[in-house]
Amino acid sequence: MLYREAGQFKTTYEADMAVFPIRQDRIGLGLIILAAFLLPLFSSDFFIGTVMVPFLVFSLAAIGLNLLTGYTGLLSLGTGAFMGVGAYACYKLTIAFPEVNVLIWIVASGFFSAAVGVLFGLPSLRIKGFYLAVATLAAQFVLEWCVVRIPWLYNYSSSGSIDVPTRTLFDIAITGPQATPTTRYLVLLSIVVIFTWIASNIVRGRIGRMWMAIRDMDIAAELMGIRPLQTKLLAFAVSSFYCGVAGAVMMFLWYGGGEAKDAFNINLSFNILFMIIIGGLGALLGAFLGAGLLHLVPIFLKFGLPALGVPIGGETAEHWTHIIIGMLIIFFLIVEPHGLARLWSITKQKLRMWPFPY
Amino acid sequence: MLYNIFIDPFVQMAQMPDLLVQTLWEGLVAGVLYALIALGFVLIFKASGVFNFAQGIMVVFAGLTLVGLYEKLSPSTGQGLGAFLALVLTIGVMFVLAWTIERVVLRPLVNQPDIILFMATFGITFFLIGFGESIFGGSPKKMITEQLLLPTGAIDLNILGGRVIIQKLDIAAAVIAGLMVAGLALFFQYTRIGRALRAVADSHKAALSVGISLNQIWVIVWFTAGIVALVTGIMWGARSDVSFGLSVIALKALPVLILGGFTSVPGAIVGGLIIGIGEKMGEFYWGPLVGGGIESWLAYIIALAFLLFRPQGLFGDKIIERI
Repeated sequence: MLYREAGQFKTTYEADMAVFPIRQDRIGLGLIILAAFLLPLFSSDFFIGTVMVPFLVFSLAAIGLNLLTGYTGLLSLGTGAFMGVGAYACYKLTIAFPEVNVLIWIVASGFFSAAVGVLFGLPSLRIKGFYLAVATLAAQFVLEWCVVRIPWLYNYSSSGSIDVPTRTLFDIAITGPQATPTTRYLVLLSIVVIFTWIASNIVRGRIGRMWMAIRDMDIAAELMGIRPLQTKLLAFAVSSFYCGVAGAVMMFLWYGGGEAKDAFNINLSFNILFMIIIGGLGALLGAFLGAGLLHLVPIFLKFGLPALGVPIGGETAEHWTHIIIGMLIIFFLIVEPHGLARLWSITKQKLRMWPFPY
Repeated sequence: MLYNIFIDPFVQMAQMPDLLVQTLWEGLVAGVLYALIALGFVLIFKASGVFNFAQGIMVVFAGLTLVGLYEKLSPSTGQGLGAFLALVLTIGVMFVLAWTIERVVLRPLVNQPDIILFMATFGITFFLIGFGESIFGGSPKKMITEQLLLPTGAIDLNILGGRVIIQKLDIAAAVIAGLMVAGLALFFQYTRIGRALRAVADSHKAALSVGISLNQIWVIVWFTAGIVALVTGIMWGARSDVSFGLSVIALKALPVLILGGFTSVPGAIVGGLIIGIGEKMGEFYWGPLVGGGIESWLAYIIALAFLLFRPQGLFGDKIIERI
């Protein structure tokens, strides 16, 4: 009933090409963002720390991978490694220059990750599909090896783990042990909102269209005058940039140090890939939906079911998590192979027609 | 530095040929196991175009089922009989698995893009991990090597002025792998089903139009891959334990596939041997230069370097693209 676009006339081309041409969408998004910023007022630190913070980190990384896999069609299994590069770069930078605000270093660490991404993206000119996936697996394992074998990266600490130092913004601790989950959440949310906004504009513009042309058929795109090497490497660079930033915030705003070398492993890469495939390839919304689904289901099984009175032990919960996630993946692929984002847009279409579908 | 990289390892090889032989043999054995996993991938990829990520977990699952069934059966039937009964039952389980996968996963997803099918096999992987763990428990199990009449112990060879230790089990593994590949080749070449499989691999549409049932073929091919997984599980389980950690090592099959080409059975074997030997040699002779542990990524780098020159693999079909 409320979802009607009747009476919303577009008088300029810009208005027609807007990200959200329908007023209800803009209002809805505004409400969601507002609710997200006000969330700490209504929920516990535990909820913020274990549900929302990881969700946002995964969403950011999933956006990064979606730019590469969903929009440019290059399959990557090195996401975890690129995130690790961002985390370690941010760590080294903030240790070396403690007086500079850590937020600047979080963004700057993305550039290091982008450089590494371009390096490992070079083979993408000759190979694609699963062959490229294996090439990016090389990135994953080489970088994983590096963070174990190069002590300079973790400042020669005997345990091999890194500790995130306390850094402040306007005299409030945003990283390190003193930072509260709420502050970390708000900083992270701001970063994610800004980066999502940038990404949504990249994919709508010239660059995004070049990427999609390469994805849909690279030879045809080349004949139309799109340079494959530059375009693919740009996709690798931007995607790794996002992943690097995601890695940095994962380390600084979520983990707070500790077992860094185990965090950025192959399973992380796979998880992010699942998120975008389940969420929807080539849709930014899909990154959030996929991250939500794959992150929330295990938490629900672990904490939600005992709270509802279903007796389920730690180990059984883990087994059932695996079984249920496996079945969910297959179920969603069969119901809608294009992911949750497509499911949402179908729902939206139905809402517009309701109650008189033709 | 250059001396350490380019000359010193070869000097070492020449000075201690027994160590060289030992390293080569270890590489060969590792290679056989990689090749077996890759073989499972290739079988499925050829017939259904599905890049089956679940092959690694199928190996673990088959191994676990075998050991788990044996533990249930052996008290009532005795060890020798129990082991073979368990083997037969496990083959049955693999058939049921193949049938279920075809029915529940592949059939509704027919004609979807590759990446969707790839993702679906991830779903299968997750399901099998959870399912296997909840039935058989997550702790590593010991493979029933003796009960299956596989040889154990080691042979010491005195060659080239030194001692080379060769596990009897490894010899058995190599022989069985060889027999299986030969058997598969014969099966593909000379049986009716094998010919149908090759037809499906060439073209789904053409195969359908001459009356080959794709659904049947997929069940058969997943069942065959299941048998290969079972053999791999036995061999691998006998060398270490049967545990879910194995599924990560299965990723090593990917560089093997790249080397051999996704669609070539001999390619999987040759690629496996090259990767296995290259990896062990690299670790042993060049690894110490950078602090060791390069085994974890050397295979991928070899594959990557190889890809730059021959994107379709050693024996793969040439990639021709049209607009």
